[in-house]
Amino acid sequence: MDDRVIGRAAFLGILGAGMAGLVWGRQFAELVGRLVPDAVAEILPTKGWRIFTIRGVPRIDPALYRLRVDGLVERPVSLSLDDLRSLPRAEQVSDFHCVTGWSVKNVHWAGIRFADLLAEAEPRPEARWLRFVSEEAPYVDTLSFEQALLPDVMLALDMDGKPLTRPHGFPARVVMPRMYGYKSVKWVTRIEVRRDFVPGYWETHGYDSDAWIGKSNFFRQGIE
Amino acid sequence: MGRSGDRIGPTPRPHHVRRFDRTERALHWIHATAFFALLGTGLALWLPQLSVWVGRRALVKEIHLWTAVAWAVAVVLVIILGDRRALRAAWREIEAIDRDDRRWLLGRRRPQGRFNAGQKLNAIVTTAFALLFAASGVLLWLSARDSRFRWEGPIVVHDTLTLLSVAVLLGHLYLAVVHPTTRHALRGMTLGDVREDWARRHHAKWMEANETHGLPSADSAIDVPARRDAETPRRARLARLTRESRGDRGA
Repeated sequence: MDDRVIGRAAFLGILGAGMAGLVWGRQFAELVGRLVPDAVAEILPTKGWRIFTIRGVPRIDPALYRLRVDGLVERPVSLSLDDLRSLPRAEQVSDFHCVTGWSVKNVHWAGIRFADLLAEAEPRPEARWLRFVSEEAPYVDTLSFEQALLPDVMLALDMDGKPLTRPHGFPARVVMPRMYGYKSVKWVTRIEVRRDFVPGYWETHGYDSDAWIGKSNFFRQGIE
Repeated sequence: MGRSGDRIGPTPRPHHVRRFDRTERALHWIHATAFFALLGTGLALWLPQLSVWVGRRALVKEIHLWTAVAWAVAVVLVIILGDRRALRAAWREIEAIDRDDRRWLLGRRRPQGRFNAGQKLNAIVTTAFALLFAASGVLLWLSARDSRFRWEGPIVVHDTLTLLSVAVLLGHLYLAVVHPTTRHALRGMTLGDVREDWARRHHAKWMEANETHGLPSADSAIDVPARRDAETPRRARLARLTRESRGDRGA
């Protein structure tokens, strides 16, 4: 046998495995994610979170933080963190899916339902859209009233039993588990109530605005 | 020093043999430099803890991308301007994992060629990984611009390659820099030549082929610079002769 067959086979084998990974990498990652112990997953982002920002993680002083809710409302409000914590508290456990292919299962969120939050500002009848403005300018994204009022959508203040950390959007972030993560705006400082739709940051870069998991952004297969 | 005692003459200085030519060394160091730059910036983008400390994500991303572009350009330039014949010969040596190599990999002491079996595997893995890093990296770059390229695989491949290549790199660094009996190899990759007695111990088949075919070993202090031009065709011939001397068919 030609000795070069082995070396060539090894070379092509690795290339082939990698190419297959380009196509089926997600299934592979899910398998690995199940095998890797939690302690490792916390250090290495094997099945945990990855922090994607466009300008870096903003630093927000909780004492100075205000969430403005304005636009098409009867009563524009500016809410401090204490104000937000005094609103009715909701909790949920949901999965988080990033459009780049990673997911985090069973995240425990606590915060405020948008029905309770919007009640503070009293949207006008013609209002249809909510535009979430991040401290990380120019990041914005938009949800319709219908989407924001779904039962598992919230403005989260806590994650896994603790206040949000800076990378996860401290002090307040949107949680929209039925859509890819770019819809779940972090470091929210303003909610503009609008009549018309405006595309979010990633929507202006070609992503779907209705970013339903498994049914948008060219993903045709559902994720359980 | 070692075998230099066999020699007649007053020189106590160890003799050296040329192991890697300039093209091979250029390729190695371009790859090594780029790898560390890409690893550093890549980790800052990837690890949640680091990405918080490094606030300037956009800048880090730019550096990462342009380092990758510089790496690709430099590799292509070395291949265009360097000694392609020597590179092809080296790749043939690397791919030839013969009987001795297979036994060596199973833990037995067998004579090795210019590359030992571990070095051959390292080179094969590194080359394949480089191509996959580039392919998945290009797809990631495209996916940030056009959602038609937003597949789920490239990010997994890029991440997995990072983990695996750090593991391979740690082994490589240990053997090349730390481990007492093998770290002399670093001289071969920096200056190009290695001590003859060391080469005889670690790369017996290569040295044997050098001698069988009357190729004198180089003494770096005396004649290496002048021999540079003559060296590469010889290297190719040598690789062929090495294979033939082992009764292989070659390619």
